[in-house]
Amino acid sequence: MADMTADKPLISLQNVNKHYGDYHALRGINLDIRQGEFFSLLGPSGCGKTTLLRTIAGFEDYDTGSVMISDRDMRGVPANKRPTNMVFQSYAIFPHLSVIENVAFGLRKASMSKSEKMRAAEAALEMVGLKGYGHRAAHALSGGQRQRVALARALVLKPKVLLLDEPLSALDRKMREQMQVELIKLQREVGITFILVTHDQEEALVMSDRIAVMFEGEIAQCDDPEVLYRKPNSKRVADFIGVMNFLPATVRKEGETYLAEIAGLGETEITEAQCPGGVPVGEATVGFRPETLTLLYEGQSATHREAPAVVDEVVYYGDMTYYDVRFEGVEKPVRISMRNIFGRDVLGVGTQVRVSWSPGALVVFDQSA
Amino acid sequence: MAASGRIRRFFRTEQGIGMLLVSPTALYALLLLAVPLIAIFVISFWTQTGVRDFDTAFTLANYKEALTDPLYRQLMLRSLMVSGLVTLITVVLAFPIAYFVSFGVKPEHKSLWIFLITIPFWTSYLIRVFLWKVILGYNGVLNSGLQAVGIIEEPLSFILYNVNAVIITLAHAYAPFAILPIFVALEKIDRSLLEASRDLGESRTMTFLRVTLPLAAPGVVAAVLIVFIPTIGDYVTPRLVGGPGGLMIANMIQTQFLRLNNAPLGATLAVLAMLIVAVIAIAFLILGNRAAGGKKGARK
Repeated sequence: MADMTADKPLISLQNVNKHYGDYHALRGINLDIRQGEFFSLLGPSGCGKTTLLRTIAGFEDYDTGSVMISDRDMRGVPANKRPTNMVFQSYAIFPHLSVIENVAFGLRKASMSKSEKMRAAEAALEMVGLKGYGHRAAHALSGGQRQRVALARALVLKPKVLLLDEPLSALDRKMREQMQVELIKLQREVGITFILVTHDQEEALVMSDRIAVMFEGEIAQCDDPEVLYRKPNSKRVADFIGVMNFLPATVRKEGETYLAEIAGLGETEITEAQCPGGVPVGEATVGFRPETLTLLYEGQSATHREAPAVVDEVVYYGDMTYYDVRFEGVEKPVRISMRNIFGRDVLGVGTQVRVSWSPGALVVFDQSA
Repeated sequence: MAASGRIRRFFRTEQGIGMLLVSPTALYALLLLAVPLIAIFVISFWTQTGVRDFDTAFTLANYKEALTDPLYRQLMLRSLMVSGLVTLITVVLAFPIAYFVSFGVKPEHKSLWIFLITIPFWTSYLIRVFLWKVILGYNGVLNSGLQAVGIIEEPLSFILYNVNAVIITLAHAYAPFAILPIFVALEKIDRSLLEASRDLGESRTMTFLRVTLPLAAPGVVAAVLIVFIPTIGDYVTPRLVGGPGGLMIANMIQTQFLRLNNAPLGATLAVLAMLIVAVIAIAFLILGNRAAGGKKGARK
């Protein structure tokens, strides 16, 4: 019995549908989010991720389905009565209030004395690294500071769920990476469930325990980052998360084994586990990540299989070099990422190379999916 | 030759072009605003001895008379009361309208609504005042309408030629002036702030009181000043619909200048009225700034 309650999701969405006029914004969303999880909704703009977040927050109605938070049906419950708090994309810092007044805004009805409220607000500010900023005017803050104030303002209320709507998109790259780490730490510290909306797949991979990838109002795949990266269940998810190379292939069954004839790489055996959407006998597409391929230098031999190719483009990143190479008989180049090891030259465009690849790293998709 | 060349060169610089562009308006303002204002101020210390003769010796007698005579005090207080009430009524009624247009109207229809609000301006101010005469008169629309449906037997006489009529007429005339600044202030409020307030646990009403109202304060202050300052000196409306009991300070200034041939006393009244308005307006600006949290901006 105790185990059952522990396994019960904190947030449970069942078959949630929403229309804006003719536009089907959310299509049959089913989602369970656990207590203490760092969960991300990832997808391109217009995929419905923000709508979904706002549905959980209570800012959007839905047509059918149910939203449960802590076993309580949220239909008809307004945002101010929900155990959720939100960090808005624009941060929504009240310009007429000071930093500390912003943080203490939601404490008005709390059964605390005035000095206790101030202490709680100060503590929240300290938690986000803004100790001593309380008396400042809200408009005198930088983007990163505003975001911290928004975080403190939400966390001071100790919500069951913290909703973050693209909180890092307005920050510059360095600040963003710093905040990513800080948010992860903060989430572990407070133990509150975080739901993050982002269009940045890297951000989602870095921060989340689990990610739901959304396209056109639907959840395409919901898994932990490693599974999403290694075993995307469709070409679309594979393409959205990281870089995935695709090559056309034909799959045929021989006895109990499946054989794939891959353009430029040759024939190899594949297993059912490599086909997340089922084995696509006939026309298929194989996908592989840039880091699963290796350029072979003089004297090196392939651990698995090798194929000849020509370097088409070189992109030098300092620690890494990306090579776009063309396999024999394939028009579209394939990206390979190589760590730059001291003493090894970066190859020039047009160099004939041998590429080592391993059949186990392939993911096989249906042609259409 | 050299001097004229230098002048020609000066008017080709950016500064020179700016001066050229601004000079017609500047001259206009100087001749028709600053000079008369200074003249009024100077005259207020003179004494009128004949129709066009003045004793230009400096005297404070006019100020003494203006400040001690109960008639002037009564007129000044009535002016303040009337414009205060007009301001209150106008702003209180304008706020819901501005709020509705800003929050309740689809964005693509907002300009149409604002356009409709300005329609009263298409007719002259004088005609609008006469319109109220027709509505409020003894045999006017209101009285005959109420009589026709049997609510009253005798025409109501307390609605025209008194202070009430002045207040009603002025409040109507200045309504758009109050709606527009409040509308602009409301439009500037980031809607996510209202969502943030709801998200932080506040109801609609508390969100209005804690977020919308303070952020709309600059617009309300502007509306108050825009209505209060001109109405206190309004001359036409009290003259036409005010009757003897509805006259205001501007009517007395006119009487002093043109009928009683006492321009210095008229000038004194004008200067005093201006000072009182200035003091009230400044006090209000400071209060409004506080309400909008302006004082917090000072500490960085």
